[in-house]
Amino acid sequence: MKIVSRATLLPIDNIDTDRIIPARFLTTTERTGMGEHLFEDWPEGAAVLDDARILVAGHNFGCGSSREHAVWSLVDRGFEAVIATGFADIFHANAVRNGLAPVIVNADDHVRLFTEIEADPTRPVILDFSVDRLTCGSINASFSAKAPSAHDTPGGTELDALLHQLDRITTWEADRPPRIDTREGNR
Amino acid sequence: MASDTTLFDQIWDRHRVNPRPASVDGADVLYIDLHLVHEVTSPQAFDILRERGLALRRPRQTMATMDHSTPTTPPDANGVYTFNGPDTAAQIGKLEANCTEFGVPLYPLGHEHQGIVHVTAPELGLVQPGMTIVCGDSHTSTHGAFGALAFGIGTSQVAHVFATQCLLAQRPLTFEIHIDGTLQPGVTAKDVILAVIAEIGTEGGTGHVFEYTGSTVRAMSMDERMTVCNMSIEGGARAGLIAPDDTTFDFLEGRPFAPTGADFDAAVATWMRFPNAGEASFDRAAHIDASRLAPMVTYGTSPGMGVPVDGLVPSPHEIDDADARGSLERALDYMGIEPGKPLLGHRVDVVFVGSCTNSRLSDLRDAAKLLEGRKISDTVRMLVVPGSQRVKRAAEDEGLDRIFEAAGAEWHEPGCSMCLAMNGDRIEPGHLAVSTSNRNFEGRQGPGGRTILASPMTAAASAVNGVISDAREELR
Repeated sequence: MKIVSRATLLPIDNIDTDRIIPARFLTTTERTGMGEHLFEDWPEGAAVLDDARILVAGHNFGCGSSREHAVWSLVDRGFEAVIATGFADIFHANAVRNGLAPVIVNADDHVRLFTEIEADPTRPVILDFSVDRLTCGSINASFSAKAPSAHDTPGGTELDALLHQLDRITTWEADRPPRIDTREGNR
Repeated sequence: MASDTTLFDQIWDRHRVNPRPASVDGADVLYIDLHLVHEVTSPQAFDILRERGLALRRPRQTMATMDHSTPTTPPDANGVYTFNGPDTAAQIGKLEANCTEFGVPLYPLGHEHQGIVHVTAPELGLVQPGMTIVCGDSHTSTHGAFGALAFGIGTSQVAHVFATQCLLAQRPLTFEIHIDGTLQPGVTAKDVILAVIAEIGTEGGTGHVFEYTGSTVRAMSMDERMTVCNMSIEGGARAGLIAPDDTTFDFLEGRPFAPTGADFDAAVATWMRFPNAGEASFDRAAHIDASRLAPMVTYGTSPGMGVPVDGLVPSPHEIDDADARGSLERALDYMGIEPGKPLLGHRVDVVFVGSCTNSRLSDLRDAAKLLEGRKISDTVRMLVVPGSQRVKRAAEDEGLDRIFEAAGAEWHEPGCSMCLAMNGDRIEPGHLAVSTSNRNFEGRQGPGGRTILASPMTAAASAVNGVISDAREELR
């Protein structure tokens, strides 16, 4: 599995979920169509959007809210990977369930990547998930990421894996009566 | 490597459905005792159940309310609410239809239990020590105040819990936040957690679960503990825990969903066996001396950008790291705040007291104490938004609403309101708000709006003076 694309740069730390997609667009009840609102209130972010399918951002990308809409808006806009030195936990978890690769590189490689792409913005970035290596011009660096898969969908492989555990879950539950019943008060 | 003696470890191990060391795709199958649901992050998860032809496995361990996009103005004479646009009304309608279809108990607008999900669930006694709790909301960490492992999840995982009452989860590491000392008058739980985040940074807790320990934490009420745990996520940790004690048990006794009589005594006996942090070892630790803390305010666009209210806003030229310097420059430019000067005396346009961080009765009392017999500045708009219908009733029984209204503040219906500006309550572009909420991100409270995070006391003192103020001075 490889992703090959030129990359667009947002060299800013702590890009939060409100900047990725402001809360007023969370009134949707769909999972698609949010790409048009990506970075809508954030001119610095909106300015870098083009046909690139890889976004290179600063540290702690996706901090803040649990809104999966942040991932959906990036995916809907055509992004397949975000490269950063670190991701917020919930964003990272949401990304891998939607086929968006959160690619973590070390700080030195991160700086070199920016330098390389700034020198030639057309230069492609190649993310090879079979060997966890990133190449771009003279850079050949390792990364850590879960390989994205076409099966990684909100209702996809992970739900299947859990459904396969239902017998075990049922047995486990039988020994442990629920602590509460939300349909009734004091019993 | 930490030993398995922490509160976190015990809760995790008691909810791991797969026996060790077996895993599913490298993760544990974690059983969820209580699933909290609201209108914004659930519709797509209900759709997944329908697409896959699945039932909602445990409706009796699921509870829904409406909070994020609900109006905070009362309904008209016919009981009709005015929503912030047709999409909002449709989303609210969808939650009602989904809860009916899948049998989930729902506290809708107008119900006596409606409110911010993280205020309502604990006050009903649904949140109990040792539980695992999730919600499609990052501030689910609030419930860690009861010694429950509680964390936010995305909508995909909401669907997973709907269908199986379980999650696939990687075991996080543990991080002790030890807080010692007695707080000065005018310094609150909100100031403590803002100081913690300023100290460790907004990604300091990434991959970890916090456990708050120490004498300051032990002396805190449940409301205060919820304020602290609520903002664990702003320190990067998905969850924050406080070991249960008599304060916890006293809070729970008599709540509508808490056990009663002999069952309650038996439950307390079980809860008391959770480990004391003194016996535990953690992967990481930090220490805060609470006796030295001042009221905290943020000056930038990240919750970690906090300073004592009488301190100086940092100057970019003092910072060596180019990225950090750039972040600070951008943040100060957005905020319209000058570096190297104190925030005290900075003009304020809006004051918001509310949100899952600070909308409980004690928060409203804190604000009312500083407003009683006084008027807010005529250049300030102040909103007070109670966290739940129950908080609203209790506040009105004490006359707090009359104190707020006599001071010139607006008294609203419960909801998330201006914390995230989904429902139409928002600040205007360029205006600056002192807000008791949890996030000062760009545009969080409205496009172009500027947010200073602070305690209810700092917020109320600033409303009176029309400028950022030191609550300690007002209390003298």
